[in-house]
Amino acid sequence: MESVAPILKVDNLSVRLDDQKILHEVSFNLNQGDTVAIVGPNGAGKSVLFRALLNLIPYTGTITWAKDIKINYIPQRFTIDRDFPLTVKEFFHFKTKNHHDIFSALRSVGITDEHHISHHLLNQRLGWLSVGQIQRILIAWAIIDQPDVILFDEPTAGIDVGGEETIYHLIKKLKDEKDLTILIISHDLNVVYKHATSVLCLNKDLICYGAPADALDPAALKELYGEATFFTHHHQHK
Amino acid sequence: MSSQFILQLIIGGIIGIGAGYIGAFMIIRRMALVGDALSHVALPGLAVALLFNINPFLGAFLALFIAIVGIWALERKTNLPSETLVGIFFTTALALGILITPQAELLEALFGDIGNVVLTDLYITLPIVILVIIALFLISKPLVLGTISKDLTRSMKVPVNAINFLFLLMVAAIVALGIKVTGTLLMGALVIIPAAAARNVALNFSRYSFLSAFLGGIAAMGGIIIAHQYGFAPGPLVVLSGGVLFLVSLLFKQ
Repeated sequence: MESVAPILKVDNLSVRLDDQKILHEVSFNLNQGDTVAIVGPNGAGKSVLFRALLNLIPYTGTITWAKDIKINYIPQRFTIDRDFPLTVKEFFHFKTKNHHDIFSALRSVGITDEHHISHHLLNQRLGWLSVGQIQRILIAWAIIDQPDVILFDEPTAGIDVGGEETIYHLIKKLKDEKDLTILIISHDLNVVYKHATSVLCLNKDLICYGAPADALDPAALKELYGEATFFTHHHQHK
Repeated sequence: MSSQFILQLIIGGIIGIGAGYIGAFMIIRRMALVGDALSHVALPGLAVALLFNINPFLGAFLALFIAIVGIWALERKTNLPSETLVGIFFTTALALGILITPQAELLEALFGDIGNVVLTDLYITLPIVILVIIALFLISKPLVLGTISKDLTRSMKVPVNAINFLFLLMVAAIVALGIKVTGTLLMGALVIIPAAAARNVALNFSRYSFLSAFLGGIAAMGGIIIAHQYGFAPGPLVVLSGGVLFLVSLLFKQ
């Protein structure tokens, strides 16, 4: 690993918002092709970390991305009213009008029926889709312009367990196909064990960072979620 | 048809189109109420312009501009929601305006005076509306995306704050122009109603924004024609025409 320059270097990153300490001296490196799951309790600063990495909020410390890297972001909050007059096609046209690219991005997220795509899906209002469908469209939207890195904030919010499982499979498949570096905020530690190459646990401070099986030891879990945690993980999936 | 009436129709139609188009963006940005109350701020500006004998459009625009910058800044400095700020700031401005507008001009200022337009008004209106429509079209992507997710838009290195400011500036310009047609009290309707009607009917954004502009033009011209035929004040009839178009659009709701 030492021979490869990291795709991201974070040194002593601290964020304060309204005089509240949100992140405190967080440091870590990321290599090309990593899938990093970011875990931690509510209010641990997970989304804030993303916003700092995207340079959307003021911070102290240094964040160094590799040169000429393209980073796409899938935000946690994506609210669109049912009667918002924007079709799936128009949403994609914000990025590209190339139909071949749109179809290929949709194929990558498991939407393969070309008849369905061109006659139904593309002409639907975005707000009419289910949460799971919107999630897929957002992922397709995020990969359509060939990013190197995707920051993925809580992709499972509001999706039932079955749907959740497929979204994570999807992310893994994408990673394998496109050699993406993925940072993903996750609530589900089981998913972390199954799909992440490393885990970054955050509770204002960086609690642990490393391969999931090593990093998420009982001490780290206790520090993350408190004394009362009775978390069981399933190594047999690995 | 007198040439004066034709001039009214043309200017009214152009303003209606501009108001409808910018209204399409205001509605999806949930600025309907802001747009309505904002128009009230124009009154003191109008009054000052009348008192000092300068172009009323300029007076209205300056008042709107100050109000918009004020709201924009206050929203960032205080934690008051913008609805509260708008409610306080804009109604106070209306009260002040009513007080200082010369009595003889008050009715016109409140309800519009498209009957008095001159050719100069066309020379002011046409380029501004064309510029606003072109600018809106060019920034429509960040405007729409920013409505759905501000963080997502900013992560694409779009200067969201600058674009929002430019947008508010254009709102001020269109509202200031529209006061000629409907007056300060009713101008909000000319930006809100066409867009609300268009949203009922259109599935996609390009049709929605086009239809909103189209309906704005129809409402303005329709109102002016009916007012001319039956000898009413045009302003209220423009708004009523818009209201009828909205009711019709409900029949086609998607």
